[in-house]
Amino acid sequence: MKAERGIYLIIGTFFFVITVIYFLWSGEAGGTIMLFAAAGLGIMPGLYMAWWARRMAPRPEDRPDATLAEGSGPVGAFPANTIWPFVFGIGAAFTGLSLVWGVWLAVIGIGFILSTAINVSLESRRGGSV
Amino acid sequence: MRSKVSSEKSITEPNVKRSRFNIKGRNLAGLALAAVSLSACNLPTFGAFRGATTQGQNELHLWQGFIITAIFVGAITWGVLFYAVFKFRRRGSGNIPKQTHSNVKWELVYTIIPVLIVIGLFAATYVSEDQIDAVSSHPALRVTVVGFQWGWKFEYPGGVTLVPNGSIYPVLELPKGETTTIKLISNDVVHGFYIPAFNFSRYALPGVTNYFDFTPTTTGYFQGKCSQFCGLYHAEMLFNVRVVSPTQFNSWLSSQQKKVTA
Amino acid sequence: MTILEEQLESHPEGQAHHDEPRGLYLWLTSTDHKIIGKNYMYTSLVFFIIAGAMAMLIRTQLFSPNNHFVSPQTYNELFTIHGSMMLYLFAGPFAFGGFANYILPLQIGAPDMAFPRLNALSYWLYVTGGITMLLGFFTASGAAAFGWVAYAPLSSATNSPGAGPDLWIVSIMLVGFSGIFTAVNLVTTTFYLRAPGMTMFRLPIFVWNMFVTGLLILIAFPVLTAALIMLYVDRHFGAHVFSVAGGGIPVLWQNLFWFFGHPEVYILALPFFGMVTEIVPVFSRKPVFGYKGLVFATLAIAGLSTGVWAHHMFTTGTVLLPFFSAMSLLIAVPTGIKIFTWIGTMWKGQVEFRSPMLFVVGFIFVFTMGGITGVLLAAPPIDFATHDTYFVVAHFHQVLFGTAVFAGFGGFYYWYPKMTGRMFRENLAKLHFWVTFIGFNVTFLPQYLLGLKGMPRRIAEYLPADHYTTLNRISTIGAYITGAAFIIWMANMWISWRKPIKASDNPWDGHTLEWATTSPPSHHNFEKLPPIRSQRPVWDMNHPEYADWANPDGHDSSQPEKVGER
Repeated sequence: MKAERGIYLIIGTFFFVITVIYFLWSGEAGGTIMLFAAAGLGIMPGLYMAWWARRMAPRPEDRPDATLAEGSGPVGAFPANTIWPFVFGIGAAFTGLSLVWGVWLAVIGIGFILSTAINVSLESRRGGSV
Repeated sequence: MRSKVSSEKSITEPNVKRSRFNIKGRNLAGLALAAVSLSACNLPTFGAFRGATTQGQNELHLWQGFIITAIFVGAITWGVLFYAVFKFRRRGSGNIPKQTHSNVKWELVYTIIPVLIVIGLFAATYVSEDQIDAVSSHPALRVTVVGFQWGWKFEYPGGVTLVPNGSIYPVLELPKGETTTIKLISNDVVHGFYIPAFNFSRYALPGVTNYFDFTPTTTGYFQGKCSQFCGLYHAEMLFNVRVVSPTQFNSWLSSQQKKVTA
Repeated sequence: MTILEEQLESHPEGQAHHDEPRGLYLWLTSTDHKIIGKNYMYTSLVFFIIAGAMAMLIRTQLFSPNNHFVSPQTYNELFTIHGSMMLYLFAGPFAFGGFANYILPLQIGAPDMAFPRLNALSYWLYVTGGITMLLGFFTASGAAAFGWVAYAPLSSATNSPGAGPDLWIVSIMLVGFSGIFTAVNLVTTTFYLRAPGMTMFRLPIFVWNMFVTGLLILIAFPVLTAALIMLYVDRHFGAHVFSVAGGGIPVLWQNLFWFFGHPEVYILALPFFGMVTEIVPVFSRKPVFGYKGLVFATLAIAGLSTGVWAHHMFTTGTVLLPFFSAMSLLIAVPTGIKIFTWIGTMWKGQVEFRSPMLFVVGFIFVFTMGGITGVLLAAPPIDFATHDTYFVVAHFHQVLFGTAVFAGFGGFYYWYPKMTGRMFRENLAKLHFWVTFIGFNVTFLPQYLLGLKGMPRRIAEYLPADHYTTLNRISTIGAYITGAAFIIWMANMWISWRKPIKASDNPWDGHTLEWATTSPPSHHNFEKLPPIRSQRPVWDMNHPEYADWANPDGHDSSQPEKVGER
């Protein structure tokens, strides 16, 4: 966790420094806001990880001497084959196309998206753990 | 056991070469700066235009400095690459070479030398760009250039306006040896006011007024183009530039002004 | 030699091998990162071929002055969609959709990506986005014709009416969301699914680069999506964000677009740098030279690339020239570090020129030149002289074609045995390289000269008096040669498909974990893993006498200490 925290904080701090330099030098609003947001994008997850890094022991993947046996047990629950991402993709595309050819396409698209929402939340009870 | 021996050897060996490379690097940065400050008359243009304005010649000098540095850096990089590729080719099944992981001294060399080169290039750029971007407060002439879909309009003092006429492109007349400030605007989309022989282009941006100076040093005809894609007939948005002596220019301008009043 | 593998208990035979769907249904429903990765790869290669065919039409149009092979409108549509497809639909998805999806979990010893269903959704958004972009050609007013950068106000409703531009906007939004989801997936997978012992500083450089790419996507793509929404609202609801008439600022679009657009260049390049850094050590039989330097160079590129956007806007006269010039020049330093690292890896190695290595050396050659001309363009005065000319076209094709095609196909040939379990025909692959290399240089080197002679980009025709004809003809012939190279590649794939030669699990004597599993890998990737005690566990397993255990984590200075038993 400590390395991950470091990466985010380094990047975030770097952007923050750049933001200050850019703002003081150019006074231009658009770029300053975008750089500031980029700094936030580094610092926020960095602080979250720093919070966790203080509270948990290093995971096996953080320790150079960890053995494979230490990582035994389920890694996580991975879903089996499912059609719903495809349906959601079609729904998103229809909804997107409604921006071009009219709202009626969004009706179809949102139908697909809703059916995905319902079915995926039911489906996640199934699927194997790995 | 073998890896221990090898790691020691690999640290000591490149040390000898380091100093040589360092000197080369210093020469290189120095050469770049020298090239910039030198008069460019005796250097080749490396494919670019000589620059028919003082601003364009300034750019040419920077270009020469940059490209000489680029050729040096490129030649060294390619040279080292080809040396590595041919020298260390696997022949037959080959054996396993020494497993060198890193060499901090060499890594510092190839970090610090590029940084030094970059600092040199930036210094040259900074000086040059200030001169090229400078706008005179008392120019001899002010011309307003308007980019539109798809052509250019040149507005001279006294209501003289030049626009494309059928298939005849408008001609931007400029006096030689005098500074002309161009005011560049656009009322529709983004255009690029580009005169290759002047080594200069600038966007005609709606909502933004750009000013820049030309001080032509050579008389003659030059092509002008639209560099920024602006729609269907972008390719046909051409114009010409004619640089003439100040007396010729003044007589041309007064004859044009008479036409306006007539 | 003792057996060094340990049974990996964390990956038991789950429901993984219950009756697997096959064929079309598998393609539609799979959440396996390997199948999604392959789908991404095949789809992006289809888009590559379509966009490449457009490039052939563009070059044919430019073969002669005042040519009327296609109309100006068609020409404008062609280069717009050529650029958009190559950047949004080929180079990016080929790398972080295809390779990253397939290789990243394998290299860190993970059973799958962190969010498999999100992964599948990314793929479907990408496919539908790509189809949406192509739909533009079938509308009455044609596809979008404002360049891949869609500068306002050319992209406004008055200047670009019709459905084509809207389809382009929707398409980029869908692909953008696909990219964001993939990035979330890549970053999470790298952080949470590494095998025990695989610390961050033991990750293969490929994984590092993909992870940093993910961070850059998360910074860049949301800005683009926001800008596209503003553009859409401008077009349809009269919002005047980018129109002067309503008090908007057209140049804001350029700022927003390039704040995405410049990181995007590195989003496209970094994954391929990662592939190069995998291939060079394997074919030199050496570890990566200067691992930590390379990691920090990658992070430096990520940081700097976000502060250089306005070097695309030097000629607008609205940006702070010295700041962006300095940042753009500085980014050459970490990029240079990478090039020297690759050469350092080859140094005193045993460099073997199998086809992946050949492509990679070709890449380094081409990319060095493209990178150096990029440094030239970082100086605003030089940019004034060459901005929006063929000089820039040649520069970014050397960079992007160099990375996406030379390094990309290097990676493709390198991992092809792993992905398919088959070998390709080595001679055809080498022929593919040489024809591409010759064709590519014949195409793009004349374009530098054309740019210096003042030929603007995106012009549908030029005049005989411009004296561009000869160089354009050479360039067009080069383009045809490059096109022919890909026929050789397709023939190679066809032969490999019809007359397979079985590939072994580790045909190249690879270093990283993907070579520890079968070719192609089983459903959840690993039956067993070698112990991870360095950056290249498979090398350690196969060459215990040269293992990195001797100097863990790549420090030559540390005391050699053997961990394994002999």
